Amino acid sequence: MRDRITAFLVLLPSLVAVAIFVYGFIGQNLWVSLTDWGKNPAQALALRPELRFVGLDNYRELFTGFVDMRFRQSAVNLIFFTLFFMAGSLGLGLLLAIALDRGPRGEGFFRTVFLFPMALSFVVTGTIWRWLLQPQGGVNVLPTLFGLPPLAFPWLTTRQQALVFDWNLLPFYTALVVGLVLLYVAWRAHREGERGRRFWSLLSGGVLLLWAFTLGRSTQLLPYPEPHGFSLALVGVILAAVWQMSGYTMALYLAGLRGIPVEVLEAAKVDGASEWQTYRHVILPLLAPITLSAMIVLGHIALKIFDLIFAMAGLDYAPTDVPAIYMYLLAFRGNQFAKGAAIGILLLLLVAVVVIPYLASQLRKEVRR
Amino acid sequence: MRKWLLAMGVVLGLSALAQTGKLEIFSWWAGDEGPALEALIRLYKQKYPNVEVINATVTGGAGVNAKAVLKTRMLGGDPPDSFQVHAGMELIGTWVVANRMEDLTGLFRQEGWLQAFPKGLIDLISYKGGIWSVPVNIHRSNVMWYIPAKLREWGVNPPRTWAEFLSICQTLKGKGLQAPLALGENWTQQHLWESVALALLGPDGWSNLWNGKLKFTDPKAVAVWETFGKVLDCANKDAAGLSWQQAVDRVVAGQAAFNIMGDWAAGYMATTLKLRPGTDFAWAPSPGTSGVFMMLSDSFGLPKGAKNRQNALNWLRLVGSKEGQDVFNPLKGSIAARLDSDPAKYNAYGQAAMRDWKSNRIVGSLVHGAVAPESFMSQFGTVMEIFLQGRNPQAAANAAQAIADQVGLGR
Amino acid sequence: MIGRLLLYAFLLLATLFFLLPVYLVVLTALKEPAKITLDTVWQWPDPVYWESFRIAWEAFRPKFQNSLVLAVSATLLSAMVGALNGYVLAKWPFRGSNLLFALMLFGMFIPYQSILIPLFQFVKAIGLYGTLFGLILVHVVYGIPIVTLIFKNYYSEIPDELVEAARIDGAGFFGVFRHVILPLSAPAFVVVAIWQFTQIWNEFLFAVTLTRPESQPITVALAQLAGGEAVKWNLPMAGAILAALPTLLVYIFLGRYFLRGLLAGSVKG
Repeated sequence: MRDRITAFLVLLPSLVAVAIFVYGFIGQNLWVSLTDWGKNPAQALALRPELRFVGLDNYRELFTGFVDMRFRQSAVNLIFFTLFFMAGSLGLGLLLAIALDRGPRGEGFFRTVFLFPMALSFVVTGTIWRWLLQPQGGVNVLPTLFGLPPLAFPWLTTRQQALVFDWNLLPFYTALVVGLVLLYVAWRAHREGERGRRFWSLLSGGVLLLWAFTLGRSTQLLPYPEPHGFSLALVGVILAAVWQMSGYTMALYLAGLRGIPVEVLEAAKVDGASEWQTYRHVILPLLAPITLSAMIVLGHIALKIFDLIFAMAGLDYAPTDVPAIYMYLLAFRGNQFAKGAAIGILLLLLVAVVVIPYLASQLRKEVRR
Repeated sequence: MRKWLLAMGVVLGLSALAQTGKLEIFSWWAGDEGPALEALIRLYKQKYPNVEVINATVTGGAGVNAKAVLKTRMLGGDPPDSFQVHAGMELIGTWVVANRMEDLTGLFRQEGWLQAFPKGLIDLISYKGGIWSVPVNIHRSNVMWYIPAKLREWGVNPPRTWAEFLSICQTLKGKGLQAPLALGENWTQQHLWESVALALLGPDGWSNLWNGKLKFTDPKAVAVWETFGKVLDCANKDAAGLSWQQAVDRVVAGQAAFNIMGDWAAGYMATTLKLRPGTDFAWAPSPGTSGVFMMLSDSFGLPKGAKNRQNALNWLRLVGSKEGQDVFNPLKGSIAARLDSDPAKYNAYGQAAMRDWKSNRIVGSLVHGAVAPESFMSQFGTVMEIFLQGRNPQAAANAAQAIADQVGLGR
Repeated sequence: MIGRLLLYAFLLLATLFFLLPVYLVVLTALKEPAKITLDTVWQWPDPVYWESFRIAWEAFRPKFQNSLVLAVSATLLSAMVGALNGYVLAKWPFRGSNLLFALMLFGMFIPYQSILIPLFQFVKAIGLYGTLFGLILVHVVYGIPIVTLIFKNYYSEIPDELVEAARIDGAGFFGVFRHVILPLSAPAFVVVAIWQFTQIWNEFLFAVTLTRPESQPITVALAQLAGGEAVKWNLPMAGAILAALPTLLVYIFLGRYFLRGLLAGSVKG
């Protein structure tokens, strides 16, 4: 018994530290995000600022106040960055792993080469790629080494955007997508004969779509159209991030490929499956759990991305802005602490949506074991 | 009598020698702007050889990075002994209203500075009956730089209005010069905007913008954005990737014809690039602003809770002295804030600027912290983004007015 | 045969993608500033200009030392904390310990922006703002989840019978730890040490918010050098090499363990 108490006492400091540094600070940050810290310059930088409670004002302003257009662009940037970064790292990582799995000569060498950027910091990677992607720098000149004309793409300094949409239509698009998903769920329920689920998803999906096409189109978040889209300046940042992280997915996939029992592959061969079919129908499905955990880790890195962009484009350049950057800028340069805290909370929610189900499932597995 | 003076001198000298400890000076003067500050520090060390001076600089033009670092330090309750800050609303609206600075009126009286500095400048650094920083220099924001030899080659003259500028821009584009105007990163674009705005609104309109008499949504103010957009079309597309020095380099190399930049560009070209002012490079007031001097001033203040207060006060004494200003400014490319400085110590540009400073109509700069509090300034960057993203003058104007209302501009 | 050829072509291409940036970095670092121009970006410098490294080293040495002190001490501390935590959770579980562990793990995933402002206020309030101690404390605390996870997983593999046997011999909580667990822990310590060392060495956000110039680690110094008015690219490149060297060495010489840490870091891959 005494040992059990000792054990608990040994763990206690860590528990307390995590309780304060994680949960306590999140709580305090939430409180700050509900105040007006930063609105009044006399209080913003006072030694002991007096804060007033303002409810959800800061959040409302971020999404619909026209001064916070940068936040909205940064949110759009984050979504595109996350998507392309995950797709790039998973795709390249898988290709590299398959290539290495086929047992080329010098496999160890290749593995070392593909993985080494993982040992670097994002700041180093960012500094390197900032130089490579200078308007008239390394990458653009590269083709001339092979006698081709140089590229002229202004990697990090372009203001061009693709897939542009008007922020005012965001409620419409959101309702449209959610509505369609609900209809799909209803269809699935219909096929599986689950009548209760069919009814509710059909109803809610229908209402959402109805709203989208009637009121949704005329809901004005802002007094005038505000275009947002995928900034092409992010392409370079994504390239650098993929360069750094695809070795990691390669390592994960390689471990997975090596773990597939030979009998399974033999069986596929006996069934007369071509190599392509084996990959498509046998190997890839077996790698699905690895893809899932890689997606969680990569997605989580993407949502937190800060140092890479800081080093590549600095704080001031809106086309490569992400909420993590904008939060730092608002709080520690613009004195808008409350708004910065609000962005922090939004980021946390985003990560929590991804991570909590995952953690919960891991925990359940643990308990079952 | 002489003996007495000698004794006095010895005592003073001894007390200077007796001054020990540290002095930490915080600024954003690194790289090409570093030598001027270093010269001033050397002078300080001559006077107080036993004080260890820590020169804490954080690079980044116009202090973009430094301001964030300073803020975290001040919030952290760890102020440097003295820090660089733009004279005017940047100092007052951020630090003085938050009650973080010491009143320096006593120092100004003691040193006779109330007479040594121009009255308008003293007004700029005064608030609620106190004087809050010691100005070390005067810079001019509305200057257009060019290389005379290149202009002759292209057969154009420096434009006097923005309309003229736009037509010259077309001419130069016709001659194969893709971007006649060299532009740099974010803040230099705002810097360009303030020259355009001053030209279109005139000095009275400009001042009224900051005391709240003229709204940003006024058609006259909206028109500024329209012209600004046209001017931007004459500039390089890779602006965001260039520092202000690299933008100046473009002009020097003949890749662009003009650059609108504060007169630290003169310091850069004369000191770092070793060009002769007036012959190798030349200047004019930015289009449409002749006879108006848009000023900004770097100054040093004394934060409450400075660890080495006495050393910091000595530093401020030096910064405000004629000797200190005449060592610092010729190297920095600025002119002295004091009225009694010696023109012979300055190059051709500096002497010209001194004449203009005395004869021109004076207004304050927005980007460099003279006319608007930082809470407006830092969000003005967002206004710029709104404009650059949609190129919608009305949207930018509305956003600017919203911020002005929010921070209570002119109140 | 063609398949084989394609395989090698692909691998070669990938190798170029990963190594060309490195080549350019080294090359730029070894160039005289005046010779870094657009049309000769990819040309090997002639003569080689070692000066960049001397200048960069001079500028970065204090920051390098800061990083070293920071990374080494925070790594040691967090490895000790992690070993004890893992031992408790794996061998002395109590009611609710699994839930507490999951709550702890969540700390590994939070975006640090969401606690940055309170953290800043806290570090300031306890008087550690601007010091290396403050940064060490922060790294140790936010390292707790991952190190606990690695040690717990590792200790779960140690058979409970060993622990039982030692207890029957009269060993208490610490006795078991010292005589049974610790002697078996070397691999876990190596994995944790490597993981934490690289993480802390490479970290940026805490460092940039919580330090002042004297206590800055090298990542912050590098970002400020390259993000400032650095027109001369040889210096940031030389600086980048210096900043990358320690973790690269770790990777090259301890690659096997490095990989294991990586996979552990991905939550039981």
